Amino acid sequence: MTREVVIVGGGTGGSVLANDLADRFEAEIDAGDVRVTLVNDSEDHVYKPVWLYVPFGKREPSDGRRPLRDLVDSRVDVVVDRVTDIDTDAQRLTYRDGGGPGRYDKLVLATGSTLAPDEIPGLAGGGHNYYTEEGALALQDELLSFTEGHLVLSVIGSPHMCPAAPLEFVFMADDWFRKRGLRDDIDITYTYPIQRVHGNPHIAEWAEPLMEDRGINVETFFNAEEIDAENGVMTSMEGGELDYDLLVAIPPHRGIDLVEDAGLGDRGWVEVDSETLEAEHADNVYALGDTADAGVPKAGSVAHYQAGVVAQRIASELRDRPATETYDGKTLCFVETGMDAASYVEFDYENPPSPATPSKKLHWAKLAYNESYWLTARGLL
Amino acid sequence: MSETQAEKTVDARGAACPGPLMDLVGAIREVDSGSVVALLSDNDQSLVDVPEWADESGNEVVATEEEDDYYRILVRKA
Ligand SMILES: Cc1cc2nc3c(=O)[nH]c(=O)nc-3n(C[C@H](O)[C@H](O)[C@H](O)COP(=O)(O)OP(=O)(O)OC[C@H]3O[C@@H](n4cnc5c(N)ncnc54)[C@H](O)[C@@H]3O)c2cc1C
Repeated sequence: MTREVVIVGGGTGGSVLANDLADRFEAEIDAGDVRVTLVNDSEDHVYKPVWLYVPFGKREPSDGRRPLRDLVDSRVDVVVDRVTDIDTDAQRLTYRDGGGPGRYDKLVLATGSTLAPDEIPGLAGGGHNYYTEEGALALQDELLSFTEGHLVLSVIGSPHMCPAAPLEFVFMADDWFRKRGLRDDIDITYTYPIQRVHGNPHIAEWAEPLMEDRGINVETFFNAEEIDAENGVMTSMEGGELDYDLLVAIPPHRGIDLVEDAGLGDRGWVEVDSETLEAEHADNVYALGDTADAGVPKAGSVAHYQAGVVAQRIASELRDRPATETYDGKTLCFVETGMDAASYVEFDYENPPSPATPSKKLHWAKLAYNESYWLTARGLL
Repeated sequence: MSETQAEKTVDARGAACPGPLMDLVGAIREVDSGSVVALLSDNDQSLVDVPEWADESGNEVVATEEEDDYYRILVRKA
């Protein structure tokens, strides 16, 4: 019988994994012994890092979209559908439109993050964000016409996608307004839920003096409680109050409900072994990327490295060999520090990050990576 | 096990910083004023983070108990 490998989610992690498996199982797929199916709920693959540049008018959302079928090896069955239920005992899946294989031998969840603005009263209508396509476009309209007042960037939820992106946004905004001669008329405040400006102490230590140099105000221990959009006021659980003219918020994040319904983890994140990426509460289920609760950042680079590990493990298991590959926590991140300078960090479970001195070269490296991303997703880079 | 009762227990064992504190903040959001939330954490940093945040937010750390290989920190919502 054909062994079914089903990957749910055709974002960064799912696509890299599907291409890697197509490569490893070339002969088995051609012989009909193995089938690799990639299920995604839209025709397009979306590269979210582009959204950071959209509010500043530097990129269009279409720069971050490509048809999924163009990125994935033709040996992979791409199914455009949504998985609605997982029965981990029977190893069966249910689909919204009945599209994919009902049974799986190996299941990989790569379903990413969803935003949950409704968890904070007033946020859905009162705050802008650049964490969705529509959000980034709406913010572009606001930002392009913003010439004076108080811009607040508030990190409401943690974990959230790309822990560096909120820092990048305020560094870019500061520089962008400066270059346009508007900075003196615009205050910028950055809020963060814990007692420093970033979850990782090494990155926080590096970023805080940069923010001070740029005159970016910082409010730590600020967990937004309510947004009063009419009066432009946000309050925090710690009793803080901030007036704003333009609020850019990183909303609370969740995984998807079916993960919780299947008993795989809380808030839609799959509980996994942080090295093997196997689900803690079911057999033959892996999770990678944002949806995997491995205690690492929700970043595309993480999803990419984890995909290589999961591919090797699944290939070994289906060939009745021991799975030896493990994930070491590797994370890479370019961090924009303005409109034409960036830093870079690299770390893993053992080695903490040590941010590079910002330079133009690193900024160009980030833009070059954004372009070559399409080769990464194809599994070529 | 401890004698202190909690309305809600958040198991953040295994989570890296700032995970445990953020998990606690999330749980405090969901309970009524006066309720006690128990945070289970095996990260030493929680022994500093949680009291600092409680101080800042006006909530109260009512007990910190050392279990075999983790801490159980009880916080009452103001
Ligand atoms: C503004 C911004 C900037 C960022 N910048 C960076 C950066 O510079 N560097 C970096 O490394 N990361 C960055 N990231 C984070 C990065 O985009 C994510 O971490 C990455 O996309 C995670 O990959 P993934 O495969 O886990 O999920 P995703 O890429 O989000 O893919 C998940 C896919 O699963 C689909 N799906 C979900 N549920 C179902 C279902 N039930 N059935 C079928 N399909 C489903 C979704 O529609 C989606 O296509 C950024 C993110 C944002 C928002």
